[in-house]
Amino acid sequence: MEILMILTVGVLVSVSTYLLLTKSLLRVILGIVLLSHGAHLLFLTMAGLKEGAPPLLGEEAASYADPLPQALILTAIVIGFGVTAFLLVLAYRTYKEHKTDDLDQLRGSADE
Amino acid sequence: MNNIVLLPVLIPFIVGVFLILLRKQVHLQRIISGVTAFFLVFLTVFITYQIYQDGIITIELGSWEAPFGIVLVGDLFSGIMIVLASIVAVACLFFAFLTLHPDREKYYFYPFYFFLLTGVNGSFLTGDIFNLFVFFEVMLISSFVLIVMGGTKYQLRESFKYVVISTFGSMFFVIAVALLYSVTGTLNFAHLADRISQVDSADSGILTVIAILFLIVFGLKGALVPLHFWLPNAYFGPPTAVAALLGGLLTKVGVYSIMRTYTLIFSHNQDFTLNIILILAGLTMFIGVLGAVSKFDFKRILAIHIISQVGYMIMGLGIFTPLAIAGSIYIIAHNMIVKTALFLFCGATEKVTGTTNLKKMSGLLKTHPYLGWMFFIAAISLAGIPPLSGFFSKFALVLAGLEEQHYFIVFVSLVVGLLTLFSMVKIFMYVFWGSPSLTPEEAKKRKVGKLLLPGIPLVIISFLMGVLAEPMFILLFETAEQMLDPSIYINSVLKE
Repeated sequence: MEILMILTVGVLVSVSTYLLLTKSLLRVILGIVLLSHGAHLLFLTMAGLKEGAPPLLGEEAASYADPLPQALILTAIVIGFGVTAFLLVLAYRTYKEHKTDDLDQLRGSADE
Repeated sequence: MNNIVLLPVLIPFIVGVFLILLRKQVHLQRIISGVTAFFLVFLTVFITYQIYQDGIITIELGSWEAPFGIVLVGDLFSGIMIVLASIVAVACLFFAFLTLHPDREKYYFYPFYFFLLTGVNGSFLTGDIFNLFVFFEVMLISSFVLIVMGGTKYQLRESFKYVVISTFGSMFFVIAVALLYSVTGTLNFAHLADRISQVDSADSGILTVIAILFLIVFGLKGALVPLHFWLPNAYFGPPTAVAALLGGLLTKVGVYSIMRTYTLIFSHNQDFTLNIILILAGLTMFIGVLGAVSKFDFKRILAIHIISQVGYMIMGLGIFTPLAIAGSIYIIAHNMIVKTALFLFCGATEKVTGTTNLKKMSGLLKTHPYLGWMFFIAAISLAGIPPLSGFFSKFALVLAGLEEQHYFIVFVSLVVGLLTLFSMVKIFMYVFWGSPSLTPEEAKKRKVGKLLLPGIPLVIISFLMGVLAEPMFILLFETAEQMLDPSIYINSVLKE
């Protein structure tokens, strides 16, 4: 199971790398989103996909699942969501002002 | 009494939330934020004094015991950093009162200013690596808003790049934390340090990879070469008050994190990691200063100088002796104060002349002598002329480098010092010497007057830091001893 997850992470990260290197504002943002998914999945996998009871006092089980990674990933997802929303608005405003979403034309000149 | 460590995080947060409600009453916002910022200076000085008297202060949030819950830890290094951050913040706030456009003030400048402080103080005080990530994000999101506020074409274009690069770095942070958690099974700084110090050096390879991954993450925030490229353009766009605030605080948080993790946590395989840090330090200094030498824009030169100074800060860490670490902290302190002062004088010059292009102004010394001489003192302090603070910081680093026989990096740092002086003199010659570009009538109309006030205390602090170098170094040596002996930190957090 871990191997499959790691492969998924690899695919997500490579796709996001491709998208980050393209020249359209929106694609770059999608690249960031996919990269964050990859990072979160990696976190889940790295902590180990254990089988065990929920870590509650009432459960009389031999092993318990580790709740910490899930809590951390949840935090990271919320942060990623906020930043993505901000990025989308920023990209929209940039597009409105510059009338282009081509990053080649958003390079800026050397003498500013 | 331990709860006092929480206040530098909590107060800016609550005040920031409260100020959102007062959006239209700009005057009231100014009063509240001014009072709070001054209060924070006194509070942080008091906390640092407490730490100095009684040793490291820790607080376990929600009373969850140390390795399980999140802890905030105030040791001397964090104490010094929060004091400096609040001094820089107060100066920038008052400069913002004098220069900021009313629209920016109405559209939540002050709330985001305080959220930025929340993130910065939180990063300095936290004792948990994931919590550090969260505070980093609080700080970064506020900085995104501050940098794009105003929405000019230039700002939008450059902010987009800055936001994408920062977010990319944050995702690497998550990945690095994930790897670290899978190897060590903990996130608490003290617990991590304890576990990593017990690892056999033969199978510490994966830990070295993680250490370098963290160096990349923090290096991106701290603008180490070759991860520095985002900084000059991003800091050029926003108004000077904002650029001074970000230039003073943001990169230093990255440097702080590198120093914290490499002294406390990644104490294995230091031959390899410290060498990499030294090489990066040399490159950062040299390439940063070359950028500054080649530019002809006041604000841009100052922004690029941030990069070159970050190199000095990392150099002390790479040498890794008490003297070098003390020198590093000294140069962080010196740089935060002096760089902010220079930015504020740059802003004052921009108000007077209406431009930051060096070739379009000259002769300000005749029409605005106080501005000229204040800038001159700050500039030679940055370049390292005694008896100002820049001299002693570089002196300590050079001495430590010679003692440890790192001759090449010492040579590079001295050459960089010379080039720093050159670029500062270049600004001084273009802006202040020559025949006045303003007619006497214009000059009378465009007085600097109050604009100098936020910068002057910073120049005085720089002067005092130079004159009182000996007591400063006594404090800094104690800080360095505390940092180089991780068991002090570990014992005070885990209470073994």
